[in-house]
Amino acid sequence: MAEVKLHGALPSPFVYRVIWALKLKGVPYEFVSEDLSNKSALLLKYNPVHKKIPVLVHGGKPVCESMVILEYIEETWPQNPSLMPNNPYDRAQARFWIKFAEDKGVAVWKMFRSTGQELQNTMKEALEMLQTVEEHGLGEKKFFNGDNIGLVDLAFGSIVYWLQVIEDAVGVKLFESHKFPRLHAWLENFKQVPIIEENLPNQDEMLVVFKRRREQLVASA
Amino acid sequence: MEGENEVKLHGMWASTYSKRVELALKVKGIPYEYIEEDLRNKSPLLLQYNPVYKKVPVLVHNGKPIAESYIILEYIDETWQNGPRLLPQDPYQRAQIRFWASFIQQQLFGSFYKLISSNGEEQEKAVEEVFEKMNVLEKGMKELLPEGVPEVDGNNSGVLDILVTATFGPYKAHEEVFGLKVLDPEKYPLLFSWVQKLNEIPLVKGVLPPHDKLVALLQFMKQNGLKPSS
Repeated sequence: MAEVKLHGALPSPFVYRVIWALKLKGVPYEFVSEDLSNKSALLLKYNPVHKKIPVLVHGGKPVCESMVILEYIEETWPQNPSLMPNNPYDRAQARFWIKFAEDKGVAVWKMFRSTGQELQNTMKEALEMLQTVEEHGLGEKKFFNGDNIGLVDLAFGSIVYWLQVIEDAVGVKLFESHKFPRLHAWLENFKQVPIIEENLPNQDEMLVVFKRRREQLVASA
Repeated sequence: MEGENEVKLHGMWASTYSKRVELALKVKGIPYEYIEEDLRNKSPLLLQYNPVYKKVPVLVHNGKPIAESYIILEYIDETWQNGPRLLPQDPYQRAQIRFWASFIQQQLFGSFYKLISSNGEEQEKAVEEVFEKMNVLEKGMKELLPEGVPEVDGNNSGVLDILVTATFGPYKAHEEVFGLKVLDPEKYPLLFSWVQKLNEIPLVKGVLPPHDKLVALLQFMKQNGLKPSS
């Protein structure tokens, strides 16, 4: 089988999406750690457009953008577990939520970097995103993909798990269980999936790093 | 059989996203009913079909709605497998197309939007950004199509042809209203020649919005500070 490499930096939530997908599929890979303050020539060659991680390199050919990578993994290694529904309509719905996660999930990262009025605005956006997913995204299903996790779960898993740390670092509370009962239940189930459980960064450790970065951001704001 | 393959498209005649879906349906030869939405007075059906974004286009297949134009394209390709394939079968090629579709959507359209909704110095910066993104797109397409743009007609158009047509096909109307040459043949020869070829296809001519009507709408929006939103 052609060699698989993942260029990334931990604990990027976008990198974790790819790690989860590769591990769920049982695809062996080599992790190439990138220093984001000093990006390798190889990374810049593989992702000249965005110059970002993650980049998956399969047989020397690069794939960029985490959700594009995830669909590539699903299509290249279609074996169990299946991470996308098997009919076009449900796949279209899954892609809808993947796109929603991409478009609206940015509010969470923006929140981390903003202060004052901008913080209020990004918090509102993040709340709206959560509310929409709570109301329309999950229904009565255990996971977005049904009984088992899929790409949509990976997309939101990285957003919501990281949101919990970002909330604490910023000193706000958005993801309250009484406001988002479905999403809370879903997150607990998500974290208990064995592959996910074994590959979740420690939130306390992340909080130390995020708090420090937040202090620096606020000081220079 | 009635009801077995009922396809409806809720769209808007000037919406680039709506046009993407119309082009795909026509390329695939799929019969459909078109419902024109007044975006200032959206139909209850539209709001029911797309509660999250409340936007066009929405494709309704046998009563089940699909929203988001690029997603609709992939749905059409996977559901109607006769006729030309809009996406290649190879996962790597599919990944490249999805990457560029996302770039056009997020990066390029993002900077177009900034361009038309800003003034003065901010707008000058936005212009620079647009040219930068166009450059990236031109380079990307050159790499993706090392032998240049293949001869396209209504029978072999793919998703990228559709995206390029819907985005740049009406470029003359955009130039007239905004007084800016974005699709510059000297800066972006591949994109420019691609658009010329696409605009010659009868199917495309039949779908793209009429020039004068589009200019009138864009002028109206510009004068009233209205922004495009589907």
